[in-house]
Amino acid sequence: MNLLGKLDWSAVPFDQPIIMGAGGGVVLIIGAILGWVVLKGYVPYLWREWITSVDHKRIGVMYLVLALIMLLRGFSDAIMMRSQQAIAAGGAQGYLPPEHYDQIFSAHGTIMIFFVAMPLIIGLMNFAVPLQLGIRDVAFPTLNSVSLWLTASGILLINVSLVVGEFARTGWMAYPPLSELQFSPGVGVDYYLWSLQIAGVGTLLTGINFVTTILKTRAPGMGYMRMPVFCWTALGSSLSIVAVFPVLTATLAMLLLDRYLGFHFFTIDAGGNPMMYVNLFWVWGHPEVYILVLPAFGVFSEVAATFSGKPLFGYRSMVAATMAICVLSMLVWLHHFFTMGASANVNAFFGMMSMIIGVPTGVKIFNWMFTMYGGRVRFSVPILWLIGFMVTFVLGGLTGVLLAVPAVDWTVHNSLFLVAHFHHVIIPGVVFGCFAGYTYWFPKAFGFKLDEAWGRRAFWCWFIGFHLAFMPLYVVGLMGMTRRLQHYDVLAWQPWLLVAEAGAVIILAGIVCQIMQFVVSIRNREALRDVTGDPWNGLTLEWSTASPPPAWNFAFQPHVSARDAFWFEKKLAPLKKGQAAEPRKYEPIETPKSTPIGFVNAFFAVVFGFAAIWHIWWMAAFGILGAFAALLVFAFRDVEEVEIPAETIAQFDRAHPLEVAL
Amino acid sequence: MRYLARAVLFISAAALGGCSEGVLDPKGPVAAAERLIMLNSTGIMLAIVVPTILATLGMAYWFRASNLRARYMPEFDYSGRLEMLVWSIPIMTILLTGGVAWLSSYDLDPPKPLASVVKPIRIQVVSLDWKWLFIYPDEGVASVNHLTVPVGTPISFELTSAGVMNSFFVPQLAGQIYTMAGMVTRLHLQADHTGTYRGMSSNYSGAGFSDMVFNVDAVPAEKFAGWVAATRTAGPVLDAQAYADLVKPSQAVAPYTYRAVATGLFSGITKLEFVSTDSTDPSPHSDSSPHTHHAAQRADQ
Amino acid sequence: MNDAVAIYDVRQEAFVPASEAGPAPKRIVVAYGFWIFLLSDIIMFSALFAAYAVLVRNTAGGPSGAQLFNQVSVALETACLLVSSYTCGLMSLAVASRERAAVYVRALATFVLGAAFLALELREFANMIAQGATPQRSAFLSAFFALVGCHGLHVTAGLIWLAVMMAQIAVRGFRATVQRRLWCFALFWHALDIIWVGLFTVVYLMGVAS
Repeated sequence: MNLLGKLDWSAVPFDQPIIMGAGGGVVLIIGAILGWVVLKGYVPYLWREWITSVDHKRIGVMYLVLALIMLLRGFSDAIMMRSQQAIAAGGAQGYLPPEHYDQIFSAHGTIMIFFVAMPLIIGLMNFAVPLQLGIRDVAFPTLNSVSLWLTASGILLINVSLVVGEFARTGWMAYPPLSELQFSPGVGVDYYLWSLQIAGVGTLLTGINFVTTILKTRAPGMGYMRMPVFCWTALGSSLSIVAVFPVLTATLAMLLLDRYLGFHFFTIDAGGNPMMYVNLFWVWGHPEVYILVLPAFGVFSEVAATFSGKPLFGYRSMVAATMAICVLSMLVWLHHFFTMGASANVNAFFGMMSMIIGVPTGVKIFNWMFTMYGGRVRFSVPILWLIGFMVTFVLGGLTGVLLAVPAVDWTVHNSLFLVAHFHHVIIPGVVFGCFAGYTYWFPKAFGFKLDEAWGRRAFWCWFIGFHLAFMPLYVVGLMGMTRRLQHYDVLAWQPWLLVAEAGAVIILAGIVCQIMQFVVSIRNREALRDVTGDPWNGLTLEWSTASPPPAWNFAFQPHVSARDAFWFEKKLAPLKKGQAAEPRKYEPIETPKSTPIGFVNAFFAVVFGFAAIWHIWWMAAFGILGAFAALLVFAFRDVEEVEIPAETIAQFDRAHPLEVAL
Repeated sequence: MRYLARAVLFISAAALGGCSEGVLDPKGPVAAAERLIMLNSTGIMLAIVVPTILATLGMAYWFRASNLRARYMPEFDYSGRLEMLVWSIPIMTILLTGGVAWLSSYDLDPPKPLASVVKPIRIQVVSLDWKWLFIYPDEGVASVNHLTVPVGTPISFELTSAGVMNSFFVPQLAGQIYTMAGMVTRLHLQADHTGTYRGMSSNYSGAGFSDMVFNVDAVPAEKFAGWVAATRTAGPVLDAQAYADLVKPSQAVAPYTYRAVATGLFSGITKLEFVSTDSTDPSPHSDSSPHTHHAAQRADQ
Repeated sequence: MNDAVAIYDVRQEAFVPASEAGPAPKRIVVAYGFWIFLLSDIIMFSALFAAYAVLVRNTAGGPSGAQLFNQVSVALETACLLVSSYTCGLMSLAVASRERAAVYVRALATFVLGAAFLALELREFANMIAQGATPQRSAFLSAFFALVGCHGLHVTAGLIWLAVMMAQIAVRGFRATVQRRLWCFALFWHALDIIWVGLFTVVYLMGVAS
């Protein structure tokens, strides 16, 4: 019996210099960082305060760190694709052979959706929602940690695929029959499947966590219509996660059964039905993009209100629109395959539904506009992202409505027009939204603001770069260029693709500016310090805490009596100034204990995943049993909570006096 | 302003650059109808989108904090009338474009035959790794990676795949349609002008995907008859053995023709009679279960 | 329209709607969250049900459900599972009144019935495989084994969970955490029963009727 399954030295692509260079570089960087951390003695601190933390604020920050690092990998894939297409015209073959290029575009999509966009929005939701709801943590803090580390497991596996084995060469959707064993016999599709299954469990648990938190644990007085809009969008996103991630789990499981045990769900022979995969995948896939964009819309709502100095316009409409988007997103999935030959009745229905979903989105745009109307708009970096989003996203939405017309879709499906469309909505929507979000909440998380100048440079580079990179793609799409081409024969396309490449380089400059922003801000943190806890004159409860908030968020449970609770309290504060504030007695607070179960469970998940990919069955069993054993150890722990003494809380409040005490 | 100038520049560039050899340069009635719908829908949407963009920039600029002439109205967070407007504009736009979408889904339904006095030419399409096989069942010939069709004649396609999913697409003549193993999809188009049009697969299917390009020669009817006659005189015969050879993966295949086609070949392909299965699969090759016949009809209506 | 401030009136207790009552107690939050998880699990089963419905006639020349299903076995399995739900309910009552011995006995009954269900189901699978009706034979059989097998895997996980919970009661007694976990287990076990009702209706009863 072969102890290492399918794994041997031929799995490492020593003959491919690009991969070896990239892989080697990453290993060196990781090694350097780990070495520095160990030598400086940070390991106990990191273990105690971050890795085993169940604090939503810490977990949120870790999600964002993972996402931004993976953005670098996803973007590297993107710029490699652009470069390849910029030169592989006429007879030229470019520098990436199909075997490599096909992995790159598959990895690009998979990473950007699952390991950049999802962690970005989940990280922001994690950080902000409990603070905005006036509570101390999410409903299930330990489960939260488990979710984070399972996502990290998926990330680790997909990165290992770069140097050990290969990644899928099927596109990020992995349609059968191409993704079946017959046409993809290697380990690539298995890396894709296991990485997503493991991370998918984490995401589902997050969805459950946030639905429960938002519906069952809000601060007293915070009725539904007093909740911040970001929390409403987090709720919509979480409900959608709960509703559709199980479908993805089942679908990927069916493909796994086909590949591992010779089942016939999607094979060509023995009655398998590849079309069914496409249907099931998109039943998940369409709601997924709304899962991503709803929290981004929520961020934009918060930013619009805060930086206009007035409450959000049309709160009820925004809530109704959010919930409508949630429901409607489940009724449009066929528009991803109008070209698959469904009947006119079916195409017409889904085309109509896809148009209808544009209505609540349009309503939101107008409401943000009217939020600025009558406001005092301060052009800080977050609102630049908002305005950049508004003027760009509506055009992306326009192309979306075009694609919702089946007869039009038949001419541009799977072309670069389509690629341009979805980037035209995801980048201004999700990416700009999350950039605005982390800029907005950074002072709350770390106690100092981000440098404005570098933030502005980053914005303009992204804005200009994005347009240069994607507008030409509409043109070549209309000229007949389909997606995922490793080389092409129509020389007329090349000038456009060169412009697109230039755009990608400008986006790279934007990313460099963002890195510089972090470096400069950390260096100048004293000058950028936020001492009041309310650097932007915010409306919602998170701004009523110190920056950064203590582990327990609020010393006293806030009682909410209006929407935009903090804004409301700030307006009341001058009236209360005359009254002597009643001295309140500090009580000790019980908080959930930190635990390594999330990290340990994820470790065994990686062991299992890697083993399953390479058919190392003893190791797979070890992974499952190890996870189970760890769970048992956790289940039998004696102490679940830690009490924070009243004096610690009092000391913190004395050290961080706030202008408006809740 | 800078953004607007850039947008105008790009749109006009697109109008010029994208005009040739693509979706915006139709050479047949189906593609022409599809282009009209695209332009109409774009126009309807732009009527809303452009004012929205201008209004956004205008609002942000006028209500900037440093503008002391702008009125600060922090209590203005609801207006019934504005809500009505804000909901009705998108709804009306969508009703318009929705109507277009609905009607065109029926009018241009790919399986719907084209209205014509000319008798249609039937072509059966099989996508393979990584080339296209075109069978002319009524003419009894076949070609690989090249299509010759008569001008002004409706072409009725039946499409299937030998393996993975592909998508048959000739942008200047019609929208695309997927090809799937074990199923038959339908497409109708017509070339109204003589010329050579580019065709491709628009669904990624593996390593040789980029080379699944073919030319469609639209020629006058007499020249087409001449082509058929010439094709029948030279070239190999497409029988089961020749097809089995064709199924083997190959890339960047130069176009060639077959002078004869075995009867029932396409039907057998759609019934999966030639699909190589995994070695572990116990089911015999000639097993044609009732299902695949069902499936062969499914994409029809 | 922002809500106005509630005027404090110390004589009158203001009616507080449930949505404004503040965070719910922990046992409710835990049960609620677990219920949401169960709903997500049911959705996963729905996807498998949908796949089954699409593939049920794709027998690829092999056997169909009508030819394979043993209704007696299915009836016995159903009885086992339904009765085990009953004993699980009895167990929950004993947990509420903290009667340790009763809890163990009823848990054991639940376990035995669940194990009997699994044993019957495994025997059914073994028989089918012996006849050549393997999941690799046709898409219908793939869908069948995946759907019914997924349920069986859930039952297995439930049995393991039950055993661990009995160990927890032995070691930790009836403390709040243990009670909450038992409550979740009971919800899980009953939900599996509900799914089974759907399963035997769609797969076995409808499969034989067609």
